[in-house]
Amino acid sequence: MRPVAVVGIGKTAFGAFPDRDLRSLAVEAGQKSLEDAHAKPEQIEAFFLGNFAGPSFVGQNHLAPYVAAGMGIIGIPATRFEAACASSGAAFFSAVSAVAAGLYDVVLVTGVEKMTSQPTPKVTEILAGAGDVCGEVRAGATFPALFAMIARRHMYQYGTTREMMAAVAVKNHSNGAKNPLAHMRKVITMEQALSGKPIADPLTVYDCSLVSDGAASVVIASLERASEFTNKPVRVLGVSQASDNVALDEKDDITTLRAVKTSAEKAYKMAGVSPADIQFAEVHDCFTIAEILATEDLGFVKKGEGGPYALAGKTCLQGERPVNTSGGLKAKGHPVGATGVGQICDVAQQIRGEAGERQIARNKLGLAQNLGGSGATSVVTILGAA
Amino acid sequence: MNNPGSGTVYTETVVYSPPEAYVNDVPYQLAIIELENGRRLTGRIDGDRAQIGDKVNFVDFRNNVPFFRKAS
Repeated sequence: MRPVAVVGIGKTAFGAFPDRDLRSLAVEAGQKSLEDAHAKPEQIEAFFLGNFAGPSFVGQNHLAPYVAAGMGIIGIPATRFEAACASSGAAFFSAVSAVAAGLYDVVLVTGVEKMTSQPTPKVTEILAGAGDVCGEVRAGATFPALFAMIARRHMYQYGTTREMMAAVAVKNHSNGAKNPLAHMRKVITMEQALSGKPIADPLTVYDCSLVSDGAASVVIASLERASEFTNKPVRVLGVSQASDNVALDEKDDITTLRAVKTSAEKAYKMAGVSPADIQFAEVHDCFTIAEILATEDLGFVKKGEGGPYALAGKTCLQGERPVNTSGGLKAKGHPVGATGVGQICDVAQQIRGEAGERQIARNKLGLAQNLGGSGATSVVTILGAA
Repeated sequence: MNNPGSGTVYTETVVYSPPEAYVNDVPYQLAIIELENGRRLTGRIDGDRAQIGDKVNFVDFRNNVPFFRKAS
């Protein structure tokens, strides 16, 4: 396996954009990443697209060549990856694998989702398609409901409180307010976070990530060719993908996301680092409880200590290990198919020292964790300064 | 489908923001029930709200969805 680097990053703003279609968002992000890498479309040898539900949200299939052609990229392999909310994490994993194996030198990985053209009950139903449609979903499970049941069990087993979950929301909104590309640039108070409209008890609207439109893109290359594109390459030190049961009721212990643990352990091993070495992370806070689980399953803290860790401010911008300096899915927004690559862009931006008001000082080793469904797919990536 | 019998609530929630198919049902209680044979099943709770650890009895299937009720 040869070393791989991220040599270009590009994102659209995340938000509700009624006048933008799926392809225009993906093309904007893709072109920004090509420009950032000083790369021409003809230098791209393969295109990997992450998208969860374009066919359901906007009725468009055959998305990868459709998007690629919009960027003037024609003739190369162009394939869509679907792994629920980890779709572009999965695309990134496969793209890095192909470059590391020597199949290609330079590839483009883009993630996109266009969600806001559908009413909320329809969006809820499309997203629920990432669960077990013949079991939990037929019984009435939505994604907020599945994570609410995880939260209830975590509260029961470890004493996690509503305040601990609210602390995640307050922190992510505070970071998102400093991110010019975030969907919701609004600071919220603890009182607001605790008194939100109920969505699935104990989760309120402030525990849930946003329904967003948006796209994110990276150019990756073999490290030996990275200098042709950038003077600030970001090394992919480790990347791993793992899977688990789709249905929540088929998992042994729903307070631990087994695929996250497995993918993290493999990524740490590949990078030759331990959880304690990770200076900052972008984690998959589709719900506030998911960020608490992530800090535990990634090994930052012991099982059950994620809630107190968040409440004590350890994951704030000024804390010992900043988590979701971008604002996370909670405030930055969650165009589901774009989220995985978006996190890679956010971590790379910190490593390159380009995070503006959100820039942290200890920025040499960062981690991105992208989750699909209630934990059936997990992709963990460790990035470092080259 | 077989009668799943009784069981214990492993976890639960009350759903307020429904998928399209259940817009007329909200709010409704959804739970994962640990059955006596050790298997887990996702179903609905009818009547009084049940908490983690509560015993529940199977009531019936409605559109293939198992409904339970808190044991009195």
